[in-house]
Amino acid sequence: MSVLVYAENLQGKFKKSAFEIVSFGAAIAHEKNLPLTVLSIGQVAEEELLRLATYGAVKIMKVEGEAFHALSDQTVATAIAQAAAADAAQYVAMTASFSGKAIAPRVAIKLKAGLADNVIDLPKMSDGFVVKKNAYSGKAYAYCEVLSDVKVISMLPNSYKLVEDQKQAAIVPFSPVLGAADTSVTIRETIRSADKVSLPEAELVVSAGRGMKGPENWGMIEELADVLGAATACSKPVSDAGWRPHSEHVGQTGIAISPNLYIAVGISGAIQHLAGVSSSKVIVVINKDPEAPFFKAADYGIVGDAFEVVPRLINAAKNFKAGQN
Amino acid sequence: MKILVCISNVPDTTAKINFTPDNKEFVSAGVTFILNPYDEIALSKAVDLAAGGGNVTVINVGDASTEPTIRKALAIGANDAVRINAPARDSFFVATQIAEYVKKNPVDMILCGRESADHNGSTVPVMIAELLGIPCVLFAKSLLLEANTATLDCEIEGGKQVVNVPLPFVAGASEGMAEWKIPNMRGIMSARTKPLSVIDPVDVAVHTRHHSFDKPATRSAVKMVSADAVEQLFELIRDEKKVI
Ligand SMILES: Cc1cc2nc3c(=O)[nH]c(=O)nc-3n(C[C@H](O)[C@H](O)[C@H](O)COP(=O)(O)OP(=O)(O)OC[C@H]3O[C@@H](n4cnc5c(N)ncnc54)[C@H](O)[C@@H]3O)c2cc1C
Repeated sequence: MSVLVYAENLQGKFKKSAFEIVSFGAAIAHEKNLPLTVLSIGQVAEEELLRLATYGAVKIMKVEGEAFHALSDQTVATAIAQAAAADAAQYVAMTASFSGKAIAPRVAIKLKAGLADNVIDLPKMSDGFVVKKNAYSGKAYAYCEVLSDVKVISMLPNSYKLVEDQKQAAIVPFSPVLGAADTSVTIRETIRSADKVSLPEAELVVSAGRGMKGPENWGMIEELADVLGAATACSKPVSDAGWRPHSEHVGQTGIAISPNLYIAVGISGAIQHLAGVSSSKVIVVINKDPEAPFFKAADYGIVGDAFEVVPRLINAAKNFKAGQN
Repeated sequence: MKILVCISNVPDTTAKINFTPDNKEFVSAGVTFILNPYDEIALSKAVDLAAGGGNVTVINVGDASTEPTIRKALAIGANDAVRINAPARDSFFVATQIAEYVKKNPVDMILCGRESADHNGSTVPVMIAELLGIPCVLFAKSLLLEANTATLDCEIEGGKQVVNVPLPFVAGASEGMAEWKIPNMRGIMSARTKPLSVIDPVDVAVHTRHHSFDKPATRSAVKMVSADAVEQLFELIRDEKKVI
């Protein structure tokens, strides 16, 4: 028996969220007194694989080969389910990334297991197995008990800290057997902006709304994000108007995020916007209207014109960064 | 072309969320329920695709209280509706009901919203696809149909992907897939008489149990910083909140 974590890589590298889920799996393994196995799929160098042991993996199952170059959700789900069966895993955990969300429910059904999706904290394990999730678009939390013997868990990025726990890990190759249904999706094209911080995983986010007046004014938002190493986001009307891509739209009908710091510029703070950002740890609001509802949901508020305040913040951020080095 | 659209009945996006004193249940009194916004996108797309001669069926797993939302979907342009008469216990329950229905009533395509506004899980579309052994494209921003394959654009980490899938398949609609349609008078009138069949649920294994709810802690009062004194803002956040 074991705890099995699927660590997703992006072009051969593990992101922070992969180490978060390994740390999370290690905590369950510790509580349940089980060994922690981490599964990696696709081409990853040995040196990179061994980084998984830094966070507590004692066994690293690696799946490589041609069929695993361009990964469809079905291929990955089949590989995870077979690895879990081979390892007699009782707990199977992965990140609720875009692809993780499309994989975890399949794994649960393949393993006839209960699914705890999008969890945001370590489960309560003293009496049963009770997970915490967001509900009602960030307006509430739901606690849900998983009753099945085998449990599949997906966790949102930025929900669990990195915990170092260096182990000696063995790397074990594993070869899943794919069926016709696993390869019915053809990936025609993948477009990624490699230099940009991915929004759901970002620790810092600079977001702007209709108060910016037009897409030509986003230069200062991008510069502030750049200096801070933050991702950029926007309100819904901004992406609806085509000022920014839909992938930046946060809120109830956009992406829900929980960064350490969320800076909102020229966003009024409508309830649907707050739904997607209110689990940010610290919120800074910049708005020229002192009555803007967003101030009620903020930790720090600056009343002022974005066109004057943001350039000052860029300077402040530069000085702050310089002071850190 | 037969299209099935899965719809859920969710609290209005502006609704205040409240629970019973023991935090076990959601209080629906005084809350307006709506067609889940993403499902509305999926439905709009289905109606467009079927315009050239096809049939759109909407399906909902829920008790009779969801019927106004089902009628709204019919007003938007679905041809007929099915309600599986059972409260939506969890996503595995809902997905199993829908997959069992599809096994008896095959369709070319199943469209869902990419997530619901109450549970936000994105799990139902994927589970339906897995139960039927067909592909699922979640977070789909566009859908183009040519003969027996569909081309979809979908969101992935830090970018997008273009995929081809054979029919039948499941897609989870994101913004951009279609424009929201506003029902017109004729739609609203005809919705009253369009067929809505109510069928009994099948038995489903219980894997999860809802425990309770809870609300996020309210933030402490906002600290105002003068627009002329933002030079030290990041140092302040570091010292007070230790998040950067
Ligand atoms: C079903 C539904 C779902 C929705 N989902 C979402 C969602 O997911 N995400 C979302 O964001 N919205 C969503 N909305 C829309 C939401 O209700 C608001 O309309 C939207 O969030 C407002 O965007 P905004 O704050 O950018 O624009 P506005 O509300 O127009 O606010 C602009 C703000 O900028 C300030 N401002 C103007 N000029 C300046 C300046 N020079 N300097 C500083 N401040 C300035 C103004 O004081 C104002 O507060 C949804 C709505 C519905 C009905």
